[in-house]
Amino acid sequence: MPRLVSHPDEVKIVSRRFGQGAASIERYLALGGYESAWKCLKQGPEWIISEMKASNLRGRGGAGFPTGLKWSFVPKQSDKPKYVLVNGDESEPGTCKDHLIFQHDPHAVIEGTIIAGLAIGAKLGFIYLRGEYRGLLEIMEKAVAEAYAKGFLGKKIFGTSTEFQIITHTGAGAYEVGEESALMESLEGKRGIPRIKPPFPALVGVYGGPTVINNAETIAAVPHIIAMGGAAFAAAGTPGNGGTRLFSISGHVERPGVYELPMGYNLKKMIYEVAGGVKGGRKLKAVVPGGSSTPVLLPEEIDIGMDFDQVGKAGSMLGSAGVIVIDDRTCMVEFALRTISFYQHESCGWCIPCREGTDWLKKTLTRFHAGFGEAKDIDNIQYLAENMMGRTFCPLGDAAAMPMVAFVKKFRGEFEEHLGGNACPFAKPAKLEVV
Amino acid sequence: MSDETMTIFSPQLAARLDALAARYPVRRSALVPMLLYAQDEIGYVSQAVIAEVAERIGITELEVRNVASYYSMLHFKPVGRYKVQVCTSISCALRGADELYQRFQKELGIGAEGVTADGIFSLERVECIGECSWAPAIQVNYDFHEELSPAHVPGILASYRGKAMAGEKTPDA
Repeated sequence: MPRLVSHPDEVKIVSRRFGQGAASIERYLALGGYESAWKCLKQGPEWIISEMKASNLRGRGGAGFPTGLKWSFVPKQSDKPKYVLVNGDESEPGTCKDHLIFQHDPHAVIEGTIIAGLAIGAKLGFIYLRGEYRGLLEIMEKAVAEAYAKGFLGKKIFGTSTEFQIITHTGAGAYEVGEESALMESLEGKRGIPRIKPPFPALVGVYGGPTVINNAETIAAVPHIIAMGGAAFAAAGTPGNGGTRLFSISGHVERPGVYELPMGYNLKKMIYEVAGGVKGGRKLKAVVPGGSSTPVLLPEEIDIGMDFDQVGKAGSMLGSAGVIVIDDRTCMVEFALRTISFYQHESCGWCIPCREGTDWLKKTLTRFHAGFGEAKDIDNIQYLAENMMGRTFCPLGDAAAMPMVAFVKKFRGEFEEHLGGNACPFAKPAKLEVV
Repeated sequence: MSDETMTIFSPQLAARLDALAARYPVRRSALVPMLLYAQDEIGYVSQAVIAEVAERIGITELEVRNVASYYSMLHFKPVGRYKVQVCTSISCALRGADELYQRFQKELGIGAEGVTADGIFSLERVECIGECSWAPAIQVNYDFHEELSPAHVPGILASYRGKAMAGEKTPDA
């Protein structure tokens, strides 16, 4: 079972019930569970949306769209049923926070889904987990059954005349379905290829009905926002970036783990104090700040606050808040190859720039890393990547291309060291088998 | 499916699939979960699985194949009873996933996508499994194993081999 970590700088809001047995409904209720949903039933949709707007909560999947605003786009009147869809297809390399939410606090996901349903007037919510999370899906399913048994879900929730049902759903292996329109396709029993937008899901979503789609961490934050008040949640973060974030810290640090820190927490401090510094006291070479799709930062670029705006200003993105720390023994060409291999594997093949672009980038980087690169390849990698950007239906094309541009720009010297038939200067005794 | 219809699945799974088909507003939403649960029991997405799932959903076998081929966890030929899936994506790679994978290769005597002669194990390199902060990690069927080093490999294999010998029927249950 994943190890839980702790640090005095943490502000535990979303993770406050981790490690406390809250997967059981009795314990969840003892810790104040389902009080927020009851409050929302009494207060009504407009109050919920105003609290959510006041909270400055922004989507935790990576795009950072304001959640309250997203909910407010759903039309009040609709001929077709409305839905809530929770995105638990957590697959961005470097990101493992939803894993802990499903394991330790499944009822928070259920309660957040109920509240989202009340806010938009939906009677049905779906909680979609990636296929690999079977054990976590079973925890969610048990929690949903408990919520039905207590009357928090069903035809008349909390003894009122309001109906809200939840269906849990398993994927079967696909990063691409983490993109919201592909997620809907997958839920509908199809290949997970993206839909063209507009129309946006708030108007035309699952089965053609208006749909709110939120990341599992976003949804899990909702009951806490209702309990503490939107303004108090907002105050925990920075302007326009409300609350805290679950940072998945991985790679070459002494104490990797998932830490809940206020939005805007300094990245350098996060690595050197919270995570205990670079492993073995080695030198820092690079940091990927928000999951594999976010452009890499150099050691001199990490004295920044970790919120959507400040990381954006530094030329990267907060993304899914997966902080990947890389020490000086690492070959950045190999790291780039490993990154593009993921996107090449996961490209759904629908849009040609992404399908062909990821494939050619992987081929080029494989050859390059093996010592058969040519000088023109370096510019070619950048050219290929730049020409994928903004030319695909969904953001996977950009997600694959953006980090490649940054690797070439910031580590050009390291690429050049691989030229002229030189073996990788970082060669380890064990080499990656190319598949 | 009516009671008289022939099914290739166990009564428990057949009942589960019946319930699954009935729970969604649109029946077809059950397709992907159905294929995965069927694979868990049968071992892979065989022609017979495709035929029965197509009938249960009410779509053509071609449509089932078209969807199934998209999802990386679904496979179309038999694999080992225990699928050893070693994550070699970036966070795991930074913490020694390659060395871990090579030790599995050595201990099992098989390469990528290989199956051991006794049919107990198959070996795969997989992309990110959502265990980045506890790297390097693997998944054996649906069980996660975290913070591994090559020295853990023989013990992990021995425990699953023991389960297989003890005649455990449903490794994923």
